[in-house]
Amino acid sequence: MSVLVYTESENGTFKKTAFEVASYAKGIADMMGTSVTAVTINADDTTILGTYGVDKVLNVSNNKLSSFNASAFAKALAQAAQAENAKVVILSQSADAKYLAGLLAVQLEAGYASNAIALPESTAPFKIKRTAFTNKAFNTTEINTDIKIVGLGKNAYGLKENSGAAIATAFEPSLSDADYGVQVQSVDKVTDKVSIADAEIVVSAGRGLKGPENWGMIEEMAEILGAATACSKPVSDLGWRPHGEHVGQTGKPVASNLYIAIGISGAIQHLAGINSSKVKVVINTDAEAPFFKAADYGIVGDAFEIVPQLNEKLKAFMAANQ
Amino acid sequence: MKILVCISHVPDTTSKINFTDNDTAFDTNGVQFVINPNDEFGLTRAMWFKEKQGASVDVVNVGGAETESTLRKALAIGADTAIRINTEAKDGFQVAKELATVAQNGAYDLIIAGRESIDYNGGMVPGMLAGLTGANFVNTCINLEIDGTNATAIREIDGGKETVSTSLPLVIGGQKGLVEESDLRIPNMRGIMMARKKPLNVVEPTGATLDTTTAGFEKPAPKGAVKLVDNVDDLINLLHNEAKAI
Repeated sequence: MSVLVYTESENGTFKKTAFEVASYAKGIADMMGTSVTAVTINADDTTILGTYGVDKVLNVSNNKLSSFNASAFAKALAQAAQAENAKVVILSQSADAKYLAGLLAVQLEAGYASNAIALPESTAPFKIKRTAFTNKAFNTTEINTDIKIVGLGKNAYGLKENSGAAIATAFEPSLSDADYGVQVQSVDKVTDKVSIADAEIVVSAGRGLKGPENWGMIEEMAEILGAATACSKPVSDLGWRPHGEHVGQTGKPVASNLYIAIGISGAIQHLAGINSSKVKVVINTDAEAPFFKAADYGIVGDAFEIVPQLNEKLKAFMAANQ
Repeated sequence: MKILVCISHVPDTTSKINFTDNDTAFDTNGVQFVINPNDEFGLTRAMWFKEKQGASVDVVNVGGAETESTLRKALAIGADTAIRINTEAKDGFQVAKELATVAQNGAYDLIIAGRESIDYNGGMVPGMLAGLTGANFVNTCINLEIDGTNATAIREIDGGKETVSTSLPLVIGGQKGLVEESDLRIPNMRGIMMARKKPLNVVEPTGATLDTTTAGFEKPAPKGAVKLVDNVDDLINLLHNEAKAI
């Protein structure tokens, strides 16, 4: 009755969240006195999972699963959970993991707690703290079913090194044509930039930048820091930046280590979406901007003066510290 | 085409979040409730299908009588019929099971639910609904076209988007992008008057079990004051040495 964890990969390589969920699964397994089994789908080398405490790996290798398919992936995970007699299944909160979570819950008749932020308070009864009200509160959820699914919020637990054998075995789920009801036609993914979901640092700008032509300095800062770029809702509504960059309640959530907001006043809908970020920096001309109340560090001043200076100094800093 | 739009009755974003009963219940005192924003994008797309391609649009909600104002608003926006499943929504799986019964009884071709509600943020109902009804499923959907029984959808993925083809019956986890913010409709007086005469059917729940229960709520610890600096050197220094963020 191990703890099962879905360790996601892309083009054969593990995503960083895979190591975080593996670390977390190990934490729960220790609480329950059991082992960790990871499920991988078309991952190349799985030995690294041992570093994060994985004892056993079920490798699914299947060409038909080369594109993400929520229904088939959920079925594979459900069959792996049954094969391992797993009572707890751990997922990340990536777009793909969120997509398959509900389907998996139905197959396993499992209660599901998403956006978990810590190890369970107790495992019998199974009580776990999660964010609610778009980061304005937490709630403790008790999962009452035999099998429990937990979605771990990004950056909520961090990486914890451990030693596990990560003994790999091939696993062949039994899938049927009915599992391929949704077919991927094309993927449009920016590959030369960090995505908001994966980024440690997000540089975000708002209407204070006055026009799309002024985004050069934002992109420059993102490049210096290896950060993703994001924007406020008005900026995406005005068409200055693509919708995919909109962060906030109705846009993408951000849970980065560092969030730098430039020329964003901090509407409550925006703050709700970025509140899970650990460190928040605000640069704004208006000292009364609500964002300063939610921020850790701030500079009151004109972005057009400060950002170029900051970029220069950051460039020097990064060169000296890497 | 028969469309069912699942509506969550949620506190308006600007609401103060407080709890009562020893932090075990949400304090609704003075809170204004609205259609969950992610659901409203879906409802508006459903209206587009109704007007451009011919479709009936029903809305459904799981909740007590106090949620009817939110269903009336959906009717005022243009939905044909509202269904209220008469039980308090306490758990995503319970809600999905109740919705699945209504969905199956109504033989809907397309079911649209928001990718998540802005209160519990569970993000599980659309997927569970698809799993329970056996329909195809596209989550975080930002574009949807229907041609006969075929559907083409674009879904938001981490770092981009993905175009998928599928077929009806279909469940959509919707969000902004299905329509734009500027497409959202504010009910006009005529819509509000008509909504009063439209059917709002109350159905009794099947009594799905609660797979999860809420043991309690808490609010985040108050945040310390912002540290203001007046030059970029100090900022970099603090981010490096104090926050350890760079």
